[in-house]
Amino acid sequence: MNTEYIGIIFMYLATVALAIPLGKYIAKVFKGEHTWLDFMAPVERFIFKIAGIDPNREMNWKQHLKALLTINVIWLFYAFFCLLFQSHLPLNPDGNPSQSPDLAFNTALSFVTNTNLQDYSGESLATYFTQHFVFMFLHFVSAATGLAAMMVVFKAMKDKITDKLGNFWDFFLKSITRVLLPISFVVAVILAFNGTPTSYKGKAVVIGLQGDTVHVSRGPVAAMVAIKQVGSNGGGWFGVNSAHPLENPNYLTNIVEDISIILIPIALVFALGYYLNKRKLAWVVFGVMTIGFLAMLYPSVNAEVGGNPAIAHMGISQPGGSMEGKEVRFGAAASAFWGITTTVTSNGSVNSMHDSMMPVSGMAQMFDMMINAFYGGVGVGFLNFYIFIIIAVFISGLMVGRTPEFMGRKIEAREMKIASLIALLHPFVILVGTAISTYVLVHFANAAWATKPSAWLNNPGFHGFSEMLYQYASSAANNGSGYAGLTANNIFWNVSTGLVIFISRFLPIIGPVAIAGILANKKFVPESAGTLKTDTGTFGVMVLAVIVIVAALSFFPALTLGPIAEHFSIK
Amino acid sequence: MKAFFLPSIKLTIILIVLLAGIYPLAIAGIGKFTPGNGDGETVTYKGRVVGFANIGQKFTKDKYFSSRPSAANYQADASAGTNKGPSNPDYLKTVSAAIDTFLKHNPTVTRSQIPAELVTSSGSGLDPDLSPAGAQIQVARIAKVRNISADKINSLIAANTEKPLLGLFGPAKVNVLKLNVALDELK
Repeated sequence: MNTEYIGIIFMYLATVALAIPLGKYIAKVFKGEHTWLDFMAPVERFIFKIAGIDPNREMNWKQHLKALLTINVIWLFYAFFCLLFQSHLPLNPDGNPSQSPDLAFNTALSFVTNTNLQDYSGESLATYFTQHFVFMFLHFVSAATGLAAMMVVFKAMKDKITDKLGNFWDFFLKSITRVLLPISFVVAVILAFNGTPTSYKGKAVVIGLQGDTVHVSRGPVAAMVAIKQVGSNGGGWFGVNSAHPLENPNYLTNIVEDISIILIPIALVFALGYYLNKRKLAWVVFGVMTIGFLAMLYPSVNAEVGGNPAIAHMGISQPGGSMEGKEVRFGAAASAFWGITTTVTSNGSVNSMHDSMMPVSGMAQMFDMMINAFYGGVGVGFLNFYIFIIIAVFISGLMVGRTPEFMGRKIEAREMKIASLIALLHPFVILVGTAISTYVLVHFANAAWATKPSAWLNNPGFHGFSEMLYQYASSAANNGSGYAGLTANNIFWNVSTGLVIFISRFLPIIGPVAIAGILANKKFVPESAGTLKTDTGTFGVMVLAVIVIVAALSFFPALTLGPIAEHFSIK
Repeated sequence: MKAFFLPSIKLTIILIVLLAGIYPLAIAGIGKFTPGNGDGETVTYKGRVVGFANIGQKFTKDKYFSSRPSAANYQADASAGTNKGPSNPDYLKTVSAAIDTFLKHNPTVTRSQIPAELVTSSGSGLDPDLSPAGAQIQVARIAKVRNISADKINSLIAANTEKPLLGLFGPAKVNVLKLNVALDELK
């Protein structure tokens, strides 16, 4: 058991050790300074030339958003039609069928938005073509979309009174060629050498040692798994994601894949410090995020390593902790660690079945997604945190009687309205979604639908409620992990979570970019004795308080009905 | 929006070629030089491929070490966990039944010795491993069926135990398929 604890401590420390230099590197890339990957420059120039894009044309925040939304809409249609007709497209050695319209709708939205909620199972409802040309392609570009949006905000914070916030295509392409692609390449090679398949061959048929015939799904898995971890995507090749022994073959790959989940999200916090030359601010942000992360990690690891009390009552031993839904090669501690890392970021890949985890873990994971800013997804995690900063600046300004200013700009009613709207949108869609599904379940349990609502849940009682709450929290956080027991591949869930995913992706990008753009246009007020300092521990505490008050309290009643009640009911 | 439409389409097409074409082909090329040549590592017995090293198999006969229970019944084209919650009464009944079944097949074992992994299902339904304790507890049964000494089997387990990574990180484990192949090779 000790080696299990050492394993997770190592993973965290190694991540931070890698994230600091990576953050410095990312800041350099976007400042346009020289880096060792400058050999990609001709490739970028070539791509821009063919696409007819001038990467030096400065854009204002509205033009950035227009570019972002236009290309995202194109991807949405592209993905939808590929999935709808995948059985007629090439690279389908296993002869898998096309997706139904509602499933294709959900899947396309889910991957375009970096969510990767998977109502399908990769072995049976995707083809090698859609896995690569739709899913893996979207893994890259959706993560790059988040990074580019974040860069607009960074740029707006840096420069004095400006309308020129860089070029969207430039941010976007460099995110891929300088950050996502090189890291994914390294990760994919490590996976390949540890047993993750890379070839395009279809299923293998083997007669086992005991004489049973086994069909083994495989495919060019390694390339996709790498970017699904690195880009906080989470949509894996196989139905059970990184619990699958080909997708995540051993403890080393588990370390690499888990580090990949939080590496860029943490690095971006440091990138902020280097980019703005405000390293103290970066450490304050990192501190607040880390406190939130550890506060969720500790109880979850404890609960999983401690085992299921209901099974302990049967008189057997649980030396490895609670093992339902977990793999022996990872153990309980690394499974709990993954569960927290994947939910604090908007990754959503899993290496164990969250549905079978202890209620304390379930609560921690849902809470992570309800906050969605303790590290957060690639790019968008910081955007969410930015909203909390704006609110904290405004409230603390009012408390101490100083003008609320952030980065030398006054925060006024208009920005606060946008920030509040975005902050409240998240609880709104999660709670309303859960309320509607619960209502339908209770009052239309036997409605004559293809999947009767009474057949939705895989578990009774409080845990069943958690399955629905988790699904909407995951959709709204663009996370994509699930309580997989929920029967989600039907019109009700495909459509309702699809809509939640869509709203919760683009409004929280538009909001912060708009605020930053508006602020960048305001008069720059140099720091004075009257300025509220934002790079101090006190302000960190203030941000944490805002997060707890705004987010945590709105979700507490719902959590009480689900995991908290379940926790106290297990004897 | 119009000004962004054409560049978006062109950029999308180029990136599809780069990210979904060139990148995975490069990885597939490198994969040729890995153990298993990128097709997945296999295990052979008497010159015959009997399975993939990383994919667990079902073992129902008493002469073999049994793998963990599986929601997928070890069908490697339909990976699945049970997704049963820890408080689900029906689920707890199946665990209880699994304990009884295990005790019936292993009469010398006492209840408190059974490690939970042997009566709970894995996340993938394809877990290829057991903990060393999960293998050791089955030794008495196998020794009796095969009529070989328990010591011999125990040393087989020791030889097939993979220690934590670098001796430091993660749990120790035993690959059930490899262990059973070694068992068959004893004779």
